[in-house]
Amino acid sequence: MPKPDVHELQASTTSTTPAQPPRAAAHQNAFHRNLRNSRRGPDSIKGTVLKIVLLGLVDALAVYVLMMLFLSQSWAALAVSSLVVLAINWIYLRKGGLPAKYLAPGVLFLLVFQVLVVFFSGYIAFTNYGDGHNSTKEDAIAAIQLTAQKRVPDSPAYKAAVLTKGDTFYLLFTDPSGKAQIGSTGEPLTEVSGAGKDSAGKANSLPGYETLKFQEIVANQQEILKITVPVSEDPADGTLRTADGSTAYQFKPALSYDAATDTFNDSETGKAYRDNGKGAFADANGETLATGWKIDVGMDNFARAFTDPSLRGPLLGVILWTFTFSVASVALTFAVGLFLAITFNREDLRGKKVYRILMILPYAFPAFLSGLVWSGILNPEFGWLNQTLLGGANIGWLTDPVLAKISVLVVNVWLGFPYMFLVCTGALQSLPTEIDEAARMDGASPWRVFRSIKLPLLLVSVAPLLISSFAFNFNNFNVIYMLTGGGPRFADTDRDIGATDILITLVYKVAFGQGTGRDYGLASALAIIIFIIVATISAISFKQTKALEDVN
Amino acid sequence: MSEAQVRTLPTTEKAHDGGPAPLVPERRPFGVWFKDKGWRHAVGIVTTIFAVFPLLYVLSAALDSNGTLVGSNGLFSRFDTGNFTALFSDPSRPFGRWFLNTLVVGLVTSAATVFLGAMAAYAFSRMRFKGRRVGLLTLLLLQMFPQLLAVVAIFLLLSGISQVIPALGLGSQLGLIMVYLGGALGVNTYLMYGFFNTVPQSLDEAAKIDGASHVQIFFGIILRLVTPILAVVGLLAFIGISSEFVIASVVLTDPDTQTLAVGLYSYVAQQRSENWGVFAAGAVIAAIPVMALFLFLQKYIVSGLTAGSVKG
Repeated sequence: MPKPDVHELQASTTSTTPAQPPRAAAHQNAFHRNLRNSRRGPDSIKGTVLKIVLLGLVDALAVYVLMMLFLSQSWAALAVSSLVVLAINWIYLRKGGLPAKYLAPGVLFLLVFQVLVVFFSGYIAFTNYGDGHNSTKEDAIAAIQLTAQKRVPDSPAYKAAVLTKGDTFYLLFTDPSGKAQIGSTGEPLTEVSGAGKDSAGKANSLPGYETLKFQEIVANQQEILKITVPVSEDPADGTLRTADGSTAYQFKPALSYDAATDTFNDSETGKAYRDNGKGAFADANGETLATGWKIDVGMDNFARAFTDPSLRGPLLGVILWTFTFSVASVALTFAVGLFLAITFNREDLRGKKVYRILMILPYAFPAFLSGLVWSGILNPEFGWLNQTLLGGANIGWLTDPVLAKISVLVVNVWLGFPYMFLVCTGALQSLPTEIDEAARMDGASPWRVFRSIKLPLLLVSVAPLLISSFAFNFNNFNVIYMLTGGGPRFADTDRDIGATDILITLVYKVAFGQGTGRDYGLASALAIIIFIIVATISAISFKQTKALEDVN
Repeated sequence: MSEAQVRTLPTTEKAHDGGPAPLVPERRPFGVWFKDKGWRHAVGIVTTIFAVFPLLYVLSAALDSNGTLVGSNGLFSRFDTGNFTALFSDPSRPFGRWFLNTLVVGLVTSAATVFLGAMAAYAFSRMRFKGRRVGLLTLLLLQMFPQLLAVVAIFLLLSGISQVIPALGLGSQLGLIMVYLGGALGVNTYLMYGFFNTVPQSLDEAAKIDGASHVQIFFGIILRLVTPILAVVGLLAFIGISSEFVIASVVLTDPDTQTLAVGLYSYVAQQRSENWGVFAAGAVIAAIPVMALFLFLQKYIVSGLTAGSVKG
């Protein structure tokens, strides 16, 4: 009985389908609606709400940022940010332009923190930005007047009381005529009325402020010493300071600024400091005041890099070593990696897996730690190599210029050979075996097969990786900085440049180093030079690789 | 050269035998065995010692509370956990905080990197639009200027941002994460783009006909099918960021906000010898999770490596 049943069912379906046009039409309608929806993008209520919420959050943040920019009067940043906010809203509110919706967030970060900073580097490279040159000339003048303050000889002692309001300390002064004035750091003196006075006529309290008691003054001595109250809006008028919280003295800039001649005059020595055109005030002998300002210096930084005697020699040494280091690193790690790949490229080798795991351990070890760990092993005085293995020898693995370079290379081989081993193993296994057999039939020796057939084929697939490995090692900051810190230092310069410094560690030390001061302009100029070198080499070598591929 | 000897050996061996192949392999003379396989083991052992020794050395130093560089020379002469307790008890060097900071910065950045990269790869792989080819090429080009080089500009940019919005400027981890996200596209997009292309378009089309929106296709179909590459990119990003020193050292100035790379370096920057034991303990704790993750997922990483990313 089952068979007829099935037939019956089939017959009934075939007959009913054309007999029920309304249902089919409904189906078709739904189908079209869906198609239309898919063209319109997300249309579920959940999706729309999510979109509105996310965009709302972004816009709220944007409004906050724009307000802060407005308050700090950074007009250029305000204009750019407004455009960005408008662009984001336009991208996400309009109907089409789907690719932009997916690309915008990543591209935004890319533009700000990769593209913009490159151009910014370019701009900084043409300025004297750095320690003592990090603001405008007006700021520099004010800063010089503030820092070069000396107590005015025989100035009258002001009676003072320490008051607080919120977290700020105020000084309340009583001048000889009995007038009360109040001020704090950055807030010039203003006359006040209604101050309470003690029996000696010294103003000691003011409504809205709290007067510090003696114990509190002692407890806050450090803070109170730091209070410098400007006498007026003009920094040239000097400041009032107190040492004990009860008497204050007037301080005036030892250097007075004359706006008419644009010079600073030292009242004691009579020296005049003029704008030397290089972003600083200098006297006739060329001695400059510590605080200068930022100016555009054109190609000065680039010129300085190759002409300044304390920079030229070391810099050329560094450039040479950077190339040696990166080429040798790639060559050595590739040679070791390839040799190992060939050695272990046998199916029937026992313990292959164990070797493999143990050998890639250095690659898994965090790179910044490797240099530090090796610096302990190779330490000339206390290191394991000298003390234990060589029985107390005193070999300067990290302090002799030549040995230090060798040490850096050995450590970098340690770090890099597992990568090359993995890459070469992968490439070897993907080579077709027939070529091998064919060459052998023709009587080629295995060495010949390797050199003339396998290696070229291998290079085609590995060459791009070798190039990017070169580019990586060209800027391999961690291994150098952690192992030797760039040392041992060159003897012929007072700068912190050493035998194992590569360009990128040099940039870092020039920009953020201890001792010789920060020189952002020079550091950016060096970074631009590195960029040009790396870009040129990469462009050339990628062309070469194209040629290799054509051979294949 | 060695290849040559190896490949010829089996034939000579058979010729030596003459008769029918024995069921149980005959014990070969040492010389023959060495020429065939033994030297490989010799190479393997030497390389393994070279590879593993520094790791054993740092482990031994970590377990020896003697503490100094000289004291660490006798390998595994003492076992105690003094260095580890010292590591967690110095308030001016909050190791626990550093570890946490590294995790937070690393996880947030790699998650965001994967997400941003996947969105871009989806656009490049599934949509055809003006500037698509140029966009892909530009990404490749921009990769040549590593962020590392622009560290001065990044520092000055963030110090400018600090004056407007302190929460995003110098000293803020959020600011650092944003800087790292500047590199979220680039190589990652390339890796993912290639992988996305292997997912057949017909799947999307079928879903589209069923009424799925592009958002549903992206999250519901594509992202689920490309999980392996998402894991690789995320992992590589995490490892890279947890090792990143230069930008982190410039941006994070307060010890409480620093990452492991910056903090541990500060441990030995001045007095390498005295703090050695404690530093070694820190290094062991910092390295173990990364290495475990790496070994656990090494198959995926190796395939990702051959696809183009670099470390050594």
